[in-house]
Amino acid sequence: MNEFMLIGGMAIVTFLIRYPVLAMSGRIKLSPQFLQVLAYVPPAVLTAIVVPAVLMPEGSLSLDHTNARLIGAIAAVLVGFWRKDLLLTIGVGMAVFLAWQGLLTLVAG
Amino acid sequence: MDAVNPIFKSSPRSEVLAGAKAIFPLVVGAIPFGIIFGTLAAGSGLSFAGALAMSAFVFAGSSQFIAIGLIASGTAVPMIILTTVVVNLRHLLYAMSLVPHLQKLSHFWKLLLGFWLTDEAFAVAIVRYDQQDTSPYKHWYHLGSSLFMYANWMLCTFIGLTVGQRIPNAASWGLDFAMSVTFIGMVIPYIKNYATVITIGVSGLTALLAHGLPHQLGLMVAAVAGIAAGIIAQQTQ
Repeated sequence: MNEFMLIGGMAIVTFLIRYPVLAMSGRIKLSPQFLQVLAYVPPAVLTAIVVPAVLMPEGSLSLDHTNARLIGAIAAVLVGFWRKDLLLTIGVGMAVFLAWQGLLTLVAG
Repeated sequence: MDAVNPIFKSSPRSEVLAGAKAIFPLVVGAIPFGIIFGTLAAGSGLSFAGALAMSAFVFAGSSQFIAIGLIASGTAVPMIILTTVVVNLRHLLYAMSLVPHLQKLSHFWKLLLGFWLTDEAFAVAIVRYDQQDTSPYKHWYHLGSSLFMYANWMLCTFIGLTVGQRIPNAASWGLDFAMSVTFIGMVIPYIKNYATVITIGVSGLTALLAHGLPHQLGLMVAAVAGIAAGIIAQQTQ
């Protein structure tokens, strides 16, 4: 593997996704309708990343108590709605996930 | 994320600090993810300098995480770069959302904020840009949150490469779940109306169905399906 090519290539393509639209932004006029469409971008993108990561940790659907990610995610959603505190949501979700995973290891152990 | 005091007197310095403060929970969420990236990178075949360079110059966590998995499985370099394009294509959508807010800035600012664009910095900055006050320094807030994210990512990569390596079985703890739980926390504030609920439902379901597509294409397919569903839901309401 050529590390220089790999990292250089990844860096260039990532930058060429992030920067050009901003570079041309002075000449771009986006319609209010289009900007309204973009308001749906964050929830759609973040959900598309999270759902498979949580429900398919090994590549196939896992919807029972043996999936510690699912248990951690449920805890995070509940705390998130209840307290609306981002740091608490992340902390509780992660703690429940790690504790559940530990329990599963003990039971299986 | 919405904890900005509307009556605080805005200056570049106060905006930088407020931006860093606002992104703090997301930085905390990125810590385990960054450390596990560094830890796994060392075992994937990437060199110490290579892993640090990847965090310094690519600076896109999920694509870096996927890349080291592909390196470990012996995937060819062009395929890894292609996958990086697909996974990071969402940043194009973020950049478009930032156009109205950054278009008056100098090219230097656009370069900096473009290079440092992440899910987290975008989520925090867009809330600030959309606030009603007329502070001329909102881009400093964006800069503060971006810088904090970047410094933390570099530090965590380094910790993973050094300390993480010495912890037995660190890779099996599932610390990458920190990214999932962080993104869950970021999505929740968006759940305010029927159309967003539809967006989330369709995006999540499509992501599951399209998971088998090559190069992580399912991600963009699901995002576009979710956005389209949200717009349809909004118009038919």
